[in-house]
Amino acid sequence: MNKEEQNQAGINTSAKNNSKTVKKLLLVVVAMFGFGFALVPLYDVFCDITGLNGKTNDTAVAYTSTGIDKSRLVKVQFITRNAKGIPWKFEPVINEIEVHPGEMKLVSFYAKNNAAHDIIGQAVPSVSPGLAANYFHKIECFCFTQQPLKAAEEVEMTLQFYVDLELPADINTLTLSYTLYDITEKSS
Amino acid sequence: MTTDAIAQDSHDEHHDDSHEHGKMTGIKRWLYTTNHKDIGTLYLWFAFIMFLTGGAMAMVIRAELFQPGLQLVEPDFFNQLTTVHGLIMVFGAIMPAFTGFANWMIPMMIGAPDMALPRMNNWSFWILPFAFAILLSSFFMESGAPNFGWTFYAPLSTTYSNGSTAFFVFAVHIMGISSIMGAINIVVTIMNLRAPGMTYMKMPLFVWTFFITAYLLIAVMPVLAGVVTMLLTDTYFGTSFFDAAGGGDPVMFQHIFWFFGHPEVYIMILPAFGIVSTTIPAFSRKRLFGYSSMVYATSSIALLSFIVWAHHMFTTGMPLFGELFFMYCTMLIAVPTGVKVFNWVATMWRGSLSFETPMLFSIAFVILFTIGGFSGLMLAMTPVDFQYHDTYFVVAHFHYVLVTGSLFSIYAGAYYWLPKWTGHMYNDTLSKWHFWCSLISVNLLFFPMHFLGLAGMPRRIPDYALQFADFNKWVSIGGFAFGISQLIFLVVVIKCIRGGEKAPAKPWDGALGLEWTVASPAPYHTFSTPPAQKDIDNI
Repeated sequence: MNKEEQNQAGINTSAKNNSKTVKKLLLVVVAMFGFGFALVPLYDVFCDITGLNGKTNDTAVAYTSTGIDKSRLVKVQFITRNAKGIPWKFEPVINEIEVHPGEMKLVSFYAKNNAAHDIIGQAVPSVSPGLAANYFHKIECFCFTQQPLKAAEEVEMTLQFYVDLELPADINTLTLSYTLYDITEKSS
Repeated sequence: MTTDAIAQDSHDEHHDDSHEHGKMTGIKRWLYTTNHKDIGTLYLWFAFIMFLTGGAMAMVIRAELFQPGLQLVEPDFFNQLTTVHGLIMVFGAIMPAFTGFANWMIPMMIGAPDMALPRMNNWSFWILPFAFAILLSSFFMESGAPNFGWTFYAPLSTTYSNGSTAFFVFAVHIMGISSIMGAINIVVTIMNLRAPGMTYMKMPLFVWTFFITAYLLIAVMPVLAGVVTMLLTDTYFGTSFFDAAGGGDPVMFQHIFWFFGHPEVYIMILPAFGIVSTTIPAFSRKRLFGYSSMVYATSSIALLSFIVWAHHMFTTGMPLFGELFFMYCTMLIAVPTGVKVFNWVATMWRGSLSFETPMLFSIAFVILFTIGGFSGLMLAMTPVDFQYHDTYFVVAHFHYVLVTGSLFSIYAGAYYWLPKWTGHMYNDTLSKWHFWCSLISVNLLFFPMHFLGLAGMPRRIPDYALQFADFNKWVSIGGFAFGISQLIFLVVVIKCIRGGEKAPAKPWDGALGLEWTVASPAPYHTFSTPPAQKDIDNI
């Protein structure tokens, strides 16, 4: 075997090594691309367990509190906001309320369709601080269903809730924020 | 230069003539080239052109901010400028410049004839101009360029997008593919093409930092591709990854983005560490202090970068344990970084220092990057971050690490290897002018931004309250001066390519490394036969 052939042999084995390494690295690339998408369900599960992102229960729960903690008062604030492109007037009837943990409360929100056509709205709630979300229970909420409003129609929508007895002691104020979306296109 | 090397060079040239893979002429040489030196040159020029493009945008931004009130541009156009300035500097200037260094130097430093995958190398460069053509073309469209910030937070880039999201997403896809191909090439080259006898722990630290950076790129660029894809489908195909109306969560965007984004900032600084770890020993005439601790420090910075992303999001309403976790992990990064700074200083300690331009840029790097690191530590503290978040303090911080950090290291490297690349010494006087003008103006430009931020001036605004006027005027003057100073570099490089004092094979007497065993300018093909063992032992 002369020098030229030796070099050639060297090149062939390194080409084989190269394609092996490339394949492994491409596998990492594909896996990480998948991992990016896997973060979506992972994030949901993580938030579900910890209540991290302030998402509250999206279906009604029964009132199961074992009592009312009269020694403690928690302030619950309500804020509303319209997402892009929904011309509704949407606001809480009362801005804040004080409740004892375990005590059931009923509050209402006012909505009016200021557009000249029918719109289906959907309110999406979020609780701040996020960790309190798992301790805020909605027995009945307009956010569980879609809200179709005809042009110029107005409505008062109710929310019935209670704050869990187990609410961590360092949380004294809860802010419940509703964002209203126009889902006319998506629901038709 | 040893006689061995001369013999080898003449062999190379002979080889060249008889071989069909010789140089083509004209534009075809550059379009079809698979030569690592040609591709390195292309990357470096492309990066510099992009640097000037992004810099021109910064000049308009600073002109608008010269005094309070709206003078030159509309707020929407201002937002487009800040967004595209950021994107171009990150993906178009700093990253391609480093890939250029990798292409030019890694094969020569490890004694390999070329990169392992030369054709892919050609591709990974040539798709890049198309990515930036797509991005920049959106400036000339009715809707305008992306205006949602380089971090493209949803829903700014989805629901509230001005219609440029698709162009933006495809441009990022192409940049990502280019980076991934470049990174795969670097890893394969380093793993498979090291000269016999060059073990991993004998590799120059420059090669180590690019090796680790390439792994970071392979790990996080796909995540970026994923997140922009989600953005695309959210905007145009009715999915709801980040849309609360459909059950998504806009904060999740920030988590995924910064899972990419934080390793990305180390992608832009680790190669800089590699460059100054090459230049500082050369001009201190000592070996790098603590080589293996440098390798381990670089690796631990890379690993830690995956678990600190949420320090960009302290104000999104994280629970306390989350804030503490990310705060402590972030502060932990100061330890390996401190090891590196210590080692650079220890390398200089009692060395016989000389202050050629590459060394000046390297010393400025060590000092100014450390300032950027300190402001980073301040930002890492959750309680105070609530005040600093989204202010000019953040702008000051990341410009200190990216401009006086990454960019200064690129200049250090460019001056250090220009004799090897062109065969000529650069004009020393002009290069010193470049350094001193840059050093003074860059501090005038970015240092007062700390005070502006602490006083509460928010970032990404075209107009500001009157009390910020004086500092902004100085910042803008510094900005213009810094911009003009960079043109000196262009002149130096062009003069150096066209002529100048002939460079010897090893123009720096303290320089170590295989690249100095070949002639200057480096022959088109180097190390067709592996370097001698004694040369490897010497580095």
